[in-house]
Amino acid sequence: MAAEDLEPVALSALQHWAYCPRQCGLIHLEQAFDDNLHTLRGNAEHARTDQPGVETAKGLRVERALPLWHDALGLNGKADVVEFSRSGTPYPVEYKHGSRHKAADIAACDEVQLAAQALCLEAMTGRPVLEGAIYYASSRRRQPVCIDEALRERVRQITQAVRAMLASGQLPPPLTGPQAARRCKQCSLHDRCQPETLGNSTLRALRQHLYEPD
Amino acid sequence: MELLNTLYVTTPESYLRLDNDTLRVMLEDDTRLRVPLHHLNTVVCFGRIGLSVPLMHRLAQEGIALVLLDDHGRFMARLEGPVSGNVLLRQAQHRQALDAAFTLDTARACVAGKIKNTRQVLMRGAREAKSDEDRAALSRAADDLAASLRALPGVADLDTLRGVEGEAARQYFGALSRLVKPDLRASFNMSDGRNRRPPRDRLNALLSFLYSLWMNDCRSALEATGLDPQVGFLHALRPGRAALALDLMEEFRAQADRLALTLINRGQLRAVDFQEREGGGVLLATEARKTVLVAFQERKKEEIQHPLLTQPVALGLVPLVQARLLARAVRGESEPDGQRLGYVPFITR
Repeated sequence: MAAEDLEPVALSALQHWAYCPRQCGLIHLEQAFDDNLHTLRGNAEHARTDQPGVETAKGLRVERALPLWHDALGLNGKADVVEFSRSGTPYPVEYKHGSRHKAADIAACDEVQLAAQALCLEAMTGRPVLEGAIYYASSRRRQPVCIDEALRERVRQITQAVRAMLASGQLPPPLTGPQAARRCKQCSLHDRCQPETLGNSTLRALRQHLYEPD
Repeated sequence: MELLNTLYVTTPESYLRLDNDTLRVMLEDDTRLRVPLHHLNTVVCFGRIGLSVPLMHRLAQEGIALVLLDDHGRFMARLEGPVSGNVLLRQAQHRQALDAAFTLDTARACVAGKIKNTRQVLMRGAREAKSDEDRAALSRAADDLAASLRALPGVADLDTLRGVEGEAARQYFGALSRLVKPDLRASFNMSDGRNRRPPRDRLNALLSFLYSLWMNDCRSALEATGLDPQVGFLHALRPGRAALALDLMEEFRAQADRLALTLINRGQLRAVDFQEREGGGVLLATEARKTVLVAFQERKKEEIQHPLLTQPVALGLVPLVQARLLARAVRGESEPDGQRLGYVPFITR
């Protein structure tokens, strides 16, 4: 398929998909969005970084809210912060309001988003981007992330999966088991998604006895 | 989920305006009320109410619904903010509405919800009845509803289904005035059953008003979920009719009936709170409306245990929970084992 025919996938969708495909579907397919404490904090954090602008510090050129795209992969979005070294090599920094999630697999969802930004920057500037960082506002930690081949492959796979979902129009099912237990509680779309009402024996029983008087 | 307030503005000639982060209600040059916007989920205006365009902008921006009703509580218009309208869900809904099996299955579930919940009203009345005659009549009506409920699985088409529903409603309303305290029955009888447009007795007038409040909440819940409130399954499509909102409301009618009976039996509403118009139409008086609105809002705050949720939820949020369950059925989402369960209405104990 020619690059211009690809329906663009939002960079943020990759992070959402990595966290939970259904969350990604609700936001990017159904355009649903509900705020919770986490998203409100995130908004407040981004209100600061989302001001487009350039500044110079320590010889770095810093771009905020920089538009990014990748024609071959069909990605587009914005980077919170990109630092350009004197030689012009970009270094993306993704701002997250919390601190790094203790569970490595959840923290890794943010790395996918960062790696996708790195791939965009490579395609845009023609310079290799081998590292970026995630800045955690609460802990004020800047965590460098190596953009290795495994992470790049993950970006490509997730991009394909998101595009297939958008094309099918089908909302993915909720998470189940231990993943659901760890991820659903902190999700702002929990009430809309109703994960606990699927595969629930109560629902089945209610449906079965719907036509019987009590 | 948090149940935020609905502001009902009923005083004619009131004017609403934006005052920083609050909504200010003016009457002539007096400020009558200030409400912080973050306490509000919906603003409902009855009849001749004015409001400023800056306020409308802000309501849209905050996702606070603005609903305009006429003097009688009939829906006129709703201001929608930018985050709404899920075209894929609506498309699925329109497709399902053309699918006879899905339509019948969903419509049947809605009727079952209504019959089960109204039957609970009668059974509770029978348990608390003071006279044998009342107890017997209420039990008889409850048995009739049980028979209607059992007949539902065998119903093969929508017309028959609507027939079963109509018959159940007739039995139910035939017995409902027996839940009014005996000494109040002269003022609040329902000897002609349910009637409307206009209601012709006080109980019917009160029910009509409460139904319009629930109807409005059901409609808002569907809109918030992204469903098209006009495309229903039980109720036929008709221009100007919110058929799906009527479908969803069926399971909440018993809630309205219960509140009506409470207001009457506790003496919060009396015969003088209703106006009889020439020719026999009966209306709830303006002052009494406030009593009903306050009681309705209070009732919606009461927390109940929804059978499918792990935490208690305010009754006022149940339409939203149900609208989302309905959206799931409409999307054709399956259980992990691949089975489709269809819509499950909210059943009270």
